[in-house]
Amino acid sequence: MPMYSEKVMDHFMNPRNVGEIKDADGIGEVGNPVCGDMMTFYIKVKDNRLEDVKFQTFGCGAAVAVSSITSEMAKGKTLEEAVKITPSLVAQELEGLPKNKYHCSNLGAQALRKAIRDYAQKKGIKIEGLEEKGEEHEEGEED
Amino acid sequence: MTTGNEKKPERRVYLDYVATTPVLPEVLEAMLPYFSDVYGNPQSFHSWGDEPGEAIEKAREQVASLLGGSPDEIVFTSTGSEANNLAVKGLAQGQIGKGKHIIVSAIEHFSVLNAVRTLEKAGFDLTLVPVDKYGLVDPDELARNIRKDTILVSVMHANGEVGTIQTIAEISKRVKEAGVLFHTDAVASTGNVPVNVNELGVDALSLAANQFYGPKGAAALWVRKRTRLIPLMDGGVQEGGRRPGTENVPAIVGLGKAAELAIRDMPARMRKFSQLRDRLINGLLAAVDHTILTGHPTQRLPHHASFCVEFIEGEAMLLLLNSQGIAASSGSACTSRALKASHVLIAMGLPHEIAQGSLLFSLGLDNNERDIDYVVEKMPPIVDRLRQMSPLYAKFIKEKRG
Repeated sequence: MPMYSEKVMDHFMNPRNVGEIKDADGIGEVGNPVCGDMMTFYIKVKDNRLEDVKFQTFGCGAAVAVSSITSEMAKGKTLEEAVKITPSLVAQELEGLPKNKYHCSNLGAQALRKAIRDYAQKKGIKIEGLEEKGEEHEEGEED
Repeated sequence: MTTGNEKKPERRVYLDYVATTPVLPEVLEAMLPYFSDVYGNPQSFHSWGDEPGEAIEKAREQVASLLGGSPDEIVFTSTGSEANNLAVKGLAQGQIGKGKHIIVSAIEHFSVLNAVRTLEKAGFDLTLVPVDKYGLVDPDELARNIRKDTILVSVMHANGEVGTIQTIAEISKRVKEAGVLFHTDAVASTGNVPVNVNELGVDALSLAANQFYGPKGAAALWVRKRTRLIPLMDGGVQEGGRRPGTENVPAIVGLGKAAELAIRDMPARMRKFSQLRDRLINGLLAAVDHTILTGHPTQRLPHHASFCVEFIEGEAMLLLLNSQGIAASSGSACTSRALKASHVLIAMGLPHEIAQGSLLFSLGLDNNERDIDYVVEKMPPIVDRLRQMSPLYAKFIKEKRG
């Protein structure tokens, strides 16, 4: 059995912000069933802030906990602050992940960024920090 | 592991007997003297070695009786994996000069699959024969793959992940006609269902004690007389030179005792297990929609019930089941170290997202009907909870509504 931290188990057993936002301002989908996990993030933006963040996840305990904590970390942040949420920050906030579950933390941060990018593209705006990290490699980083 | 903030579960139900069975009290009792009082080395030329030596010969007879073979055909090993490695590598290397082609099924245990891959790197030719949606090898299709230079065929008797029992006698008939050696990995089946080497028509057969209430660290390879077998290790004369190293006397004694009890109790165990298994299969399929039984519906191990629950992932189910005191297992990518979906389920043609929902329960002597009812009661809310957060399920529901 994977040695999950208490925080991972808490977020897995009681995930925050599960669900879909019907009239979302941005949607980000990552992963595929071959690698094991899929995540969809929905965001609602008001005055440049993430007013609401929700997610749907197909995956293991770590994938669910990562989605939950990422949504919690992102909620209330400005868009510029939210794109600074990295996989390592997510893993840190969860008090660590088993080594073979690190890729799950990538998925959370990627799904959030993808939702923000979706919003930025729809609005035709630029968000500082969003395009910096070779976005074209994103799908390849999922494992 | 960390249990988070869950409450103490109402029951504790172990349903992972294919991972390992506990050691029966009678087996433990038989083993205990050989840790301390009867500690001699069976190979010694003094009386301290006599009793342990006799004990392992008795165990050899007990194991031979379980298989319908003869005692001098039993090679004790440490694990089922070692027995499989010894069979595949030892038989293949014993045939060098006759040919280099090996055939195994696509759903073999990794101890067979990786052993033949190692041989492939060393210059052997390998053919993996496919299985149908139930996990069955087609004997005729396998026969069509036999070539002039085929030296070994290895097909497992029962699969521990989907429970399917192969028609080994049908396969061996064709393999024997071609004059090729045939090994079967019977680790999951031996001690649980009747296994007779002559009825199966095999030349070598692997088994492990911890699949039938014997200890871990005790297993065996049965090899038909006058079959050339190259040892994996070099050393002394133990096991006729086929497996050197000081014998693990207590473990071997435990294996022998477990074999004796399996012969005595098999009909009753099979009756009990198949009733509980059917209760679980019928109960679960009725309680949880979009769930499929994996493996063969009838030609399967009596203590084995395996499923794929659609739209959700296996490890998440195991964590929630564990929080309810239920131990099960899964072949999902997330539960494997390599993060790959079960090669067994993929070989059976299941798509990755369905294979991810793999869940298997294996029954044992401590289980009763209340355990099964408890699992059937706890499963729907667990599945529902995970489906409520699944994007695949949300998509499915949307499409269903149009």
